[in-house]
Amino acid sequence: MSVASRFRTLPDTGDCVQFYLDDLPVTAPAGVTLAAALLAHSGDWTRQTAQGAPRTAFCMMGICFDCLVEVDGTPNTQACMTPVREGMVVRRQLGLRSLNGGEHD
Amino acid sequence: MQHSDPEITIVGGGLVGLSVALGLLSAGRRVRVLDGADGDARASQGNFGLIWGQGKGWNFAPYANWTMDALAAWPVFARQLKELSGIDVALDQSGGYEFFTDSAEMAGFAAQLEQQAAHLNDRASFEILTGDDLRSQLGGIGPEVVGASFSPRDGHVNPLRFLRALRCSVHALGGCVTMGATVSTITPQPDGGFLLTLANGQSLGAEIVVLCAGLGSTALARGLGFETQVRPQRGELLITEKLGDRLPFLSSTIRQVDEGGIQIGGTKAETGMDDSESLDVMAGLARHAVTVFPALEGVRVVRAWGALRVMSPDGYPVYAKSAAHPGAFLVTCHSGVTLAPLHASVLAEWILNTSPTPDMEAFDERRFALSHAA
Repeated sequence: MSVASRFRTLPDTGDCVQFYLDDLPVTAPAGVTLAAALLAHSGDWTRQTAQGAPRTAFCMMGICFDCLVEVDGTPNTQACMTPVREGMVVRRQLGLRSLNGGEHD
Repeated sequence: MQHSDPEITIVGGGLVGLSVALGLLSAGRRVRVLDGADGDARASQGNFGLIWGQGKGWNFAPYANWTMDALAAWPVFARQLKELSGIDVALDQSGGYEFFTDSAEMAGFAAQLEQQAAHLNDRASFEILTGDDLRSQLGGIGPEVVGASFSPRDGHVNPLRFLRALRCSVHALGGCVTMGATVSTITPQPDGGFLLTLANGQSLGAEIVVLCAGLGSTALARGLGFETQVRPQRGELLITEKLGDRLPFLSSTIRQVDEGGIQIGGTKAETGMDDSESLDVMAGLARHAVTVFPALEGVRVVRAWGALRVMSPDGYPVYAKSAAHPGAFLVTCHSGVTLAPLHASVLAEWILNTSPTPDMEAFDERRFALSHAA
């Protein structure tokens, strides 16, 4: 976990899962939401708006939709409403999704 | 600041009232628009944004022609709105489909289109496509679609931006739009003109009153000698998440907003003033969309709502001058988007009685009295 992050994790229980963010492995405590894991990882942006502005999780309660990422091929998934799981394949959501599920080019 | 009282008061600040206001302002008149409360039934904030001719007036030639005139007037109107308001309403008139999953229903609609085309002489060019023709023309149409009709003149605008463009255009021409000004009574004065009282107790005088209050018109219309009773008809809508690519078609039930979201709608229900949405209708809309275009299956719905259409007894517009109280006008219709360019031009000439006066006789409310007599 990056020391550059401004976010601190809950007390460590020792159980960890590994998921992939844009093909790079990330380790997170088991049981947290994907949004929490992404914030703790770096706090860096995890989606771009249709106009290309960077965004990441904000409200952490399913309201603001700024935590949208692609999870296991499903675009526009709310990371704050999704528990992190072992082996999850996560991609940053770049702009609007396309009809067939992937990113719009 | 206004230098003098406006001559014309328009009751209703939705698409119809603002369009009429725009036409009267363009003719150099001083106009005031009184708009109701936020919680009122507002068809202008719930509609689908279609500029649509297919099927309209198949049984009533004046409406078929009036609609066709409106379709032709839209490009210039959209430019006028842009100049006045700076707002692009995203007009797209590249043609629209009506999809069918039932052959008998499609045959019925095709017969109506034929009749409509007969009213329009050479002004219409409807096409009927079999399911296979359609699928070879448009990739991705589902196998259960048995065919479609197509009209190259149909199209759509962004409905909320259109409402804002109208309001800004009215302001730009010096019109005054007052929000939260619910009109309680309109009393004809003995020496001509009208006295309006508002729900907040305020009183206003007006030389000319144009009622454009949608479902709020009926109670006020009666006191001015009008007999038209409009009724609410509920439509429900789904909105999907925004997509980065474009749907390859526009239809009367599935359209993509210029910003990327897809609107799915077109249901009709007689439920009085209840504008809530219902789970079975929402599910039916989603099924319809996936049947027509299976690629929509994995797309999320992010909003849904019900809204109330404004329907006259026969579904056609009503443009009526009060015989009992000269200076009172009633303007009501279902197609406030499609007909807006004419409401903002020809209808103003009719209200002002300028020469040559457009013939609006076919849309007078006397037709209801005649049909009762017959």
